Amino acid sequence: MAARLAIAKQAGGVVLTLSGPLNAEGAGAVWEAALKAAAAKPAVLRVDVAAVTLWDTAGVTLLADIETAHGGAEIVGMDPQIAALLIRVRAARSVPVRAAEERRFDGLAMLKAGVQAAADGVAFLGEAVLALVLLPWRLRMFRLSDLLRAADQAGVKAVPLVLLLGSLIGLILAFQSLIPMRRFGADIYVASLVAISLIRELGPLLAAVILAGRSGSAFAAEIGTMKVNQEVDALITMGLDPVTMLVLPRLLAAIVVMPALTIVMDFAGLFGMSVVMLGDGIPLVAVGNQVTSWVQAGDLYGALVKAAVFGAAVAGVGCRAGMATGLGPEAVGVSATRAVVGGIVASIVLDGIFAVVFFRLGL
Amino acid sequence: MTDARAAPDVITVTGLSRSFGQRVLFRDVSFVVHRGEILVILGGSGCGKSTMLRMLMGLLAPSEGRIAVLGGDMAQADVALRRKVGVMFQMGALFGSMTLLQNVMLPLEMHTDLPEMARESVARTKLGLVGLGDAAGLMPAEISGGMAKRAAIARALALDPPLLFLDEPSAGLDPITSAGLDRLILDLKRDLGISFVVVTHELASIMAIADRCIMLDKAAQGMIAEGDPRVLAESSTHPTVRAFFRRETAGEKP
Repeated sequence: MAARLAIAKQAGGVVLTLSGPLNAEGAGAVWEAALKAAAAKPAVLRVDVAAVTLWDTAGVTLLADIETAHGGAEIVGMDPQIAALLIRVRAARSVPVRAAEERRFDGLAMLKAGVQAAADGVAFLGEAVLALVLLPWRLRMFRLSDLLRAADQAGVKAVPLVLLLGSLIGLILAFQSLIPMRRFGADIYVASLVAISLIRELGPLLAAVILAGRSGSAFAAEIGTMKVNQEVDALITMGLDPVTMLVLPRLLAAIVVMPALTIVMDFAGLFGMSVVMLGDGIPLVAVGNQVTSWVQAGDLYGALVKAAVFGAAVAGVGCRAGMATGLGPEAVGVSATRAVVGGIVASIVLDGIFAVVFFRLGL
Repeated sequence: MTDARAAPDVITVTGLSRSFGQRVLFRDVSFVVHRGEILVILGGSGCGKSTMLRMLMGLLAPSEGRIAVLGGDMAQADVALRRKVGVMFQMGALFGSMTLLQNVMLPLEMHTDLPEMARESVARTKLGLVGLGDAAGLMPAEISGGMAKRAAIARALALDPPLLFLDEPSAGLDPITSAGLDRLILDLKRDLGISFVVVTHELASIMAIADRCIMLDKAAQGMIAEGDPRVLAESSTHPTVRAFFRRETAGEKP
């Protein structure tokens, strides 16, 4: 059901006759036409509402809008109850709207905020190092159960995913390199190519990406929720150090589990590669010989060091994002996103630095 | 003003029970909410006030019994019934990514054919009715707790529901803000003829707004009192009810 509007021109004026249900459901049909007639500002405007069957505040708001648009409209045929409501609505709308704070683009402020964020990051790094140094005096605050829980969450529970992704990556790498290599009769070198790229580079890097996606975001969300619920403030007021209590267990857990995850990833990748090689008709013993003659122990050790550092970076970025969580419903989500993006970027940048350092050291 | 307002009772609860697993929260609770009255559900912590409200809102199914809200079954509430019922949640539950005006405009946009200018105008009216006419452009994060509750009431009022549920309107507010909110509730009842179901345990607020109240009790696993709170405070013989209204330490025998 919709309201109806009849516009009649009389001597020196206009009469708007509204009828039917003038509520939120019905008023939409006549709203614009009625306001247009009022905004034309005829000398005399009468609004006859005697035939309106249903009212609510939406309908009364329309009357108030007509009054505002015309300036001197005369409304006839209202019940006393509706007239009283109109007075309430007029009063409700008499307050001018306060302008919302303008959000302008301010390059300098953004630059300042960026520098500030970077400085905060460095400060967090300092706090974490300080907490680590002071750990012997704060052993009571460092709870082993938290460390084990974080290690379980970030490490043990990640193993199935690492196995799956590792074997798929090995499979894909081997398959894709086999196609061109076979043209040169160099099938057998696919084994060493995949093994070296997995063990030196991809193993730690992919493990770091998985850690960032699974655990970096979880760390940020956990600590961020605690921050929003003022649990972090509660720790501080109790004289406890939140970095020692919340950050260090997660940081150490990530450092411990990352080398293990890397080894799992390497083996899974080698397994995937072996499956492709077997399919190509190369016996396992040849693949094994190829891998052992090309890969040195130093490659694996270097990768494990890298993995531990990546773990520290991912966990550190995640915990820092959690500790820097702001207020409001989106804050935790923003922190979790920052943790994942920051963790992956940090791992890749560190990988580049490691590449240069290892090259200089001749490793 | 609408058909639902013609019926004598807006809510009829009969033989309502709710348990979680083995734990019985309350059993065999029956009461009605008359048209145009403010019914307050009160009781100590853990007595099931909030559970009762969630069942009345149709967010939780009763274990036994029946709830009729505006003549419909809230357990199978359809959109037509839901839009006749407004809810103010304890923390406001305003959508953080929208301004107050957009929060109030949302139900209008979803449920009516009003043109944009009309929706905005109606939303401004609702915000003005709750005393937030000047704050329409602000974001929920920029306003105080009391303002958030007012804005939540404005949003609940968007479709002019005949019935409004308020969960702890005075929780976490200072006495002045809380009294202002009580005033607003009474004004809305008088001017718009709205019926209210309010969950609260603020004694001052109960005395200010309640036409009737029902009291739930954890130990009794049910309703222990029903009636005008002023009368209950004067003449109830139930020890828990007396303790509640006289702020004594209930049931703790020396």
